[in-house]
Amino acid sequence: MSQAQSTLDELISKDYEHGFETLLDMDVIPPGLSEDVVRVISAKKNEPEWLLEWRLAAYRHWLTMTPPEWASVHYPPINYADIIYYAAPKSQKDGPKSLDEVDPELLKTYDKLGIPLHERAILAGIAVDAVFDSVSVATTFKDKLAEVGIIFCSFSEAVHEHPDLVRQYLGSVVPVSDNYFTALNSAVFSDGSFCYIPPGVRCPMELSTYFRINAKNTGQFERTLIVADAGAQVSYLEGCTAPMRDENQLHAAVVELVAMEKATIKYSTVQNWYPGDKEGKGGIYNFVTKRGECRGDHAKISWTQVETGSAITWKYPSVVLKGDHSIGEFYSVALTNHRQQADTGTKMIHIGRHTRSTIVSKGISAGRGQQAYRGLVRVAKSAVGARNYTQCDSLLLGDQCQAHTFPYIEVKQPQATVEHEASTSRISEDQLFFCRSRGLSPEDAVSMIVNGFCKEVFKELPMEFAVEAQKLLGVSLEGSVG
Amino acid sequence: MLEIRNLTAEVDGKAILKGIDLTVQAGEVHAIMGPNGSGKSTLSSILAGRDGYTITGGTVTYQGQDLLALPAEERARSGVFLAFQYPVEIPGVSNIYLLKAAVNARRRHIGLPELDAMDFLSLVREKVKFMEMDESMLYRAVNEGFSGGEKKRNEILQMIMLEPSLALLDETDSGLDIDALKVVSKGVNSLRSPDRAMILVTHYQRLLDYITPDQVHVLSAGRIVKSGGPELAHELERQGYAWLGDGAPARGTAPGAAR
Ligand SMILES: Nc1ncnc2c1ncn2[C@@H]1O[C@H](COP(=O)(O)OP(=O)(O)OP(=O)(O)O)[C@@H](O)[C@H]1O
Ligand SMILES: [Mg+2]
Repeated sequence: MSQAQSTLDELISKDYEHGFETLLDMDVIPPGLSEDVVRVISAKKNEPEWLLEWRLAAYRHWLTMTPPEWASVHYPPINYADIIYYAAPKSQKDGPKSLDEVDPELLKTYDKLGIPLHERAILAGIAVDAVFDSVSVATTFKDKLAEVGIIFCSFSEAVHEHPDLVRQYLGSVVPVSDNYFTALNSAVFSDGSFCYIPPGVRCPMELSTYFRINAKNTGQFERTLIVADAGAQVSYLEGCTAPMRDENQLHAAVVELVAMEKATIKYSTVQNWYPGDKEGKGGIYNFVTKRGECRGDHAKISWTQVETGSAITWKYPSVVLKGDHSIGEFYSVALTNHRQQADTGTKMIHIGRHTRSTIVSKGISAGRGQQAYRGLVRVAKSAVGARNYTQCDSLLLGDQCQAHTFPYIEVKQPQATVEHEASTSRISEDQLFFCRSRGLSPEDAVSMIVNGFCKEVFKELPMEFAVEAQKLLGVSLEGSVG
Repeated sequence: MLEIRNLTAEVDGKAILKGIDLTVQAGEVHAIMGPNGSGKSTLSSILAGRDGYTITGGTVTYQGQDLLALPAEERARSGVFLAFQYPVEIPGVSNIYLLKAAVNARRRHIGLPELDAMDFLSLVREKVKFMEMDESMLYRAVNEGFSGGEKKRNEILQMIMLEPSLALLDETDSGLDIDALKVVSKGVNSLRSPDRAMILVTHYQRLLDYITPDQVHVLSAGRIVKSGGPELAHELERQGYAWLGDGAPARGTAPGAAR
């Protein structure tokens, strides 16, 4: 820590009279970030030396960086010295003992969303053992996956059980220094998921339920790494339609996907973090870096996301199309209501020959929601025959919300085809009256029209997820009509 | 069934309905004719509960209750149906989805269980066939890319699915070819029953060749200026509105009481 110190760093370090040894004894370490904190996190997780060095390098790099300011989102500066970077997973003893003790409002929402009964208990934070044995469920899944050679476990576990794989791929798609939040995440990431599909294997199930149950307590700096080896196929579902509350305001996750030759990765997200109250207070800042790399020929990576939560969303799932004939897809529904802000989009980087990408972005703004689509399509000189199609539609509800579109197109390959279509529309009085005259309430009418607007994206979601997502939009729009 | 008393209404400060009186008994079919801009669609929209009109006076009683006090969706659920002069398109929402939502909203309201997917499907297939429509129309987005005639047929499909007590048809016959006119009329006639009433807004006698009304009214400049039996429509067809005197100010006729 002898490099040029910023004022930020001074501020950070003054909280640390405790020292490494003392910190190690604590379940929750005091707020603030320093090399000691990074060491403690690594030590608590019993990590190998190389990973500690990797974290430290990331931390040192982070110190030299400044938070990005180009996105169309506004929030007071985050005081990184106020954040707690390590807390042992909370014991469930303090949680509610049964559904009777859970906030009825929360239960009402679960009901509207049609969340299965046994999952409601888990989501509401009831001690899982009291409901059913999640460990055995997880083990059953794991056994089934292990039969075909698939590795699917927590990131921490992967570091110990499969260090070579982790070391080979970690940071290979999203470099530590990619941006302010990736550097921060790399220094302090808490946990996440690791998945490896061996050559030629088709994952026999959607990787979902398991994740949903275990999604709790992954912390605010989540790290996910998915590798599909040659010819492998996997569909991964992240997130949950039930509103997720979290004490941590800042979430900065990193997701890396690697698809080798002829491999396919389909990554679907439903993000419903707490958006804050109607005035925008208390919501989560979700600053995520998601990137996939099609490393081999004919590889395919497809992102589908439904973003309805968070106070601020800053997220651009991207695909680097290196392999010839590789395919990148991005299907997105983003909804901002009340005072939510979202700056989201994608990057498609065409490097290989005959690479193709499709972008379908549907933005819905209601209330005082602020939304920007920011998309980059870059076609390198090498990408002979590359093709991109972008469709970017905005739907506005009310006259106090806003939607902006920022398409960036950089084409160095003269024979590439890049198409961009954009539209902005409103739900018309005529449509609303028509639906009401058929007996639908204004809320149901809006929800139906909005779901119609999102149809092209929803059809990319796995079936049961799509049904939940539709309901979720309805619930998220509550209070936006009338 | 429906009793309108001295109804006056305006839009943006402009008086459009200037005192409508109309009584429709259960089992009756009334036709409303009248020049463009006379207020026919305005009347239908107000009855169906569209926002944006200021009711400045009068009352509307439907099945004993104050119709104007109900929001549009509750009127629909209690059996009021409007077939639109210009049906709107709803991209991405399939016809069958809308129909199911509408039918079940009405069923819930009258205390019937919602139809499950299978029962609904067999019902809607039967009605689609009756309307001589292609089943594929069910899976297309509501009215999107439908031809003018197809949209009108689709309105009647919705009507026969919902089995309203009071149907308001705003120029459903406009833009229909002869065959479509017959099919639409068949749909309307299939619903005629002693416990239903219908109001047909039309410009043409030919619809009334297929659906014989009990009464015909002429609406002009926001008032009903003449009422009569089916023969009134024939008279209008021959002579136009000018012979009525009042109510066709655009044609420059002198004002005068026709009632
Ligand atoms: N929202 C509005 N703003 C201003 N004027 C309106 C509005 N709605 C209706 N009007 C006016 O009210 C009058 C009656 O219109 P309405 O649509 O009821 O006529 P109509 O009898 O149905 O005519 P048509 O035979 O052409 O369908 C017209 O002069 C019309 O321009
Ligand atoms: Mg009209």
